Amino acid sequence: MSEQERIQKQRSERASDTAEDVSVDASKGDQLKADLDDLLDEIDEVLEENAEEFVRNYVQKGGE
Amino acid sequence: MGVRSSTWARVSISSSRAISKVLGIETEYGIAGGPDRDPITSSSVIVNAYAQQGRTRINWDFDGETPDMDARGRVDLTSFAPVVETHLANTVLTNGARLYVDHAHPEYSSPECRTPLEATLYDVAGEEIMRRALGIANDALDPHHAITLYKNNSDGKGNSYGTHENYLVRRDVEFGHLVRAMVPHFVSRQVVVGAGKVGAETESALEHAPEFQLSQRAEFFEEVVGLETTLKRPIINTRDEPHADAERFRRLHVIIGDANMSQVATFVKVGSTSLLLAVLEELGTDVFPAMPRAPVHAVRAFSLDVTLRESVPCEDERTRSAWDFQDELWTLAASYVERTGASAVGDEAEVALVLTQWREMLDGVRDDHDAVADRVDWVAKWRVVKGYQARYDLTSNDARLRAIDLQYHDLRPSHSLAQRVGLRSLCDESAVREAVHNPPRSTRAYFRGQCVARYPDEIVAANWDSVVFDLGEGPLQRVPMLDPLRGTHALTAELLETSATASELLDALDR
Repeated sequence: MSEQERIQKQRSERASDTAEDVSVDASKGDQLKADLDDLLDEIDEVLEENAEEFVRNYVQKGGE
Repeated sequence: MGVRSSTWARVSISSSRAISKVLGIETEYGIAGGPDRDPITSSSVIVNAYAQQGRTRINWDFDGETPDMDARGRVDLTSFAPVVETHLANTVLTNGARLYVDHAHPEYSSPECRTPLEATLYDVAGEEIMRRALGIANDALDPHHAITLYKNNSDGKGNSYGTHENYLVRRDVEFGHLVRAMVPHFVSRQVVVGAGKVGAETESALEHAPEFQLSQRAEFFEEVVGLETTLKRPIINTRDEPHADAERFRRLHVIIGDANMSQVATFVKVGSTSLLLAVLEELGTDVFPAMPRAPVHAVRAFSLDVTLRESVPCEDERTRSAWDFQDELWTLAASYVERTGASAVGDEAEVALVLTQWREMLDGVRDDHDAVADRVDWVAKWRVVKGYQARYDLTSNDARLRAIDLQYHDLRPSHSLAQRVGLRSLCDESAVREAVHNPPRSTRAYFRGQCVARYPDEIVAANWDSVVFDLGEGPLQRVPMLDPLRGTHALTAELLETSATASELLDALDR
């Protein structure tokens, strides 16, 4: 392997490493976003129907 | 009856070593609904529902409760000492915990635990006990009168209730040194263990109109040091009621903490605090970061700033953000662990877990929220609040966002958002089921819980430092337990196994 070939190989390895890192991060982002969308769907199903009244009626006496 | 020397012998404390960080967490749960919507009645229904499904009801013994004792050696005449309510439902469980009505909330006070992981397990067991109590109570109620419970600390309208931690500290640590060493941690730990809050509810915080805060509790703190817990809440509470030999022990009663849904957050909250108390006992105050000049301003300002950039001036002329404080405190704890092993806090693996989780959460809240949304409560909650707001293009004061905040802490599996956001768990489910019924083996809670389980008909009352027996003839007999590290499985299991009755147990203790 010539010196130039070696450098090119190193470069391409480095480039592909970088590309892989980026793609891993991106897929993690997509995954998290998909998860969040699913989660928000689920929250819609279980959230108290009348949020206004629910929040207004939640009154506590202080404690401790 | 005197202290029984064979079982409860004194252990001398050498001068510069940290003592075992015996600890526990008390949680007042938010409560709604009930037959007449009165929170005191509903709280009694919850406590009685759980107590009456057991084999017995054993009362709490109020002898020796002195919540108005002040660690500063005097009582501030402008302060209001806590009132001990003796007429409300109040019981001792077989796992060594106390379950009772405190003011207008059901409260679970965990048994004394020996390590942060054990304290986390018994906090999670407390949630499970409340969930079971809720199920039993609601089965007997008209569905329109169903009760709901929330493991949170405020109602969003200016009313707060507490999650308190307790740590065993050497008596010879001066109270002023506790203040000096621990204030930096107590104002800043919210960046990793805050439970998050939509909006604000006190006058000074409302001025800033925050969309979201790191902490449920921060805006309620008004003093640096004091005895109160309900008015003019102090960052360091001075209650001096060790529930143990007062010549040897202090109990640091920490009132500035949020109830965590994240088990890892609970673990890091009590683990970091235990480590820093051990550092104080062994190395003194000089190694701690400087105090913020205005601690009350600091704790509130840090809570209001989700960017974590807010810095405050300190006594050493530097400024620090909450993150900076935590970074310095983590480094201090890590070097202490490296030098000593920190066996006062836990074994090597457990202490290492405190440090790695604390570090990852600290780095995550600054650099990568997604990496810690499975552990940091405020990050997990904020992610959902922001996501929901964006999806429906809501204004920041929309009631649905506040409903999400409340429901994050809802104990009902059908409604809990904390159970849906993907929080990591730390405690095995079977270990939690065990901890609902059985005491930790590592402290005097073992003896208390075992006595309650084995001799329910002969025990008239129990409290943190004694169990009172009534054998039917003669006077009541109190077994004192003034050392939290005695009465363990190792020291009393054989005695309990071989005592078929309470009478045999008391005879054996007298020998």
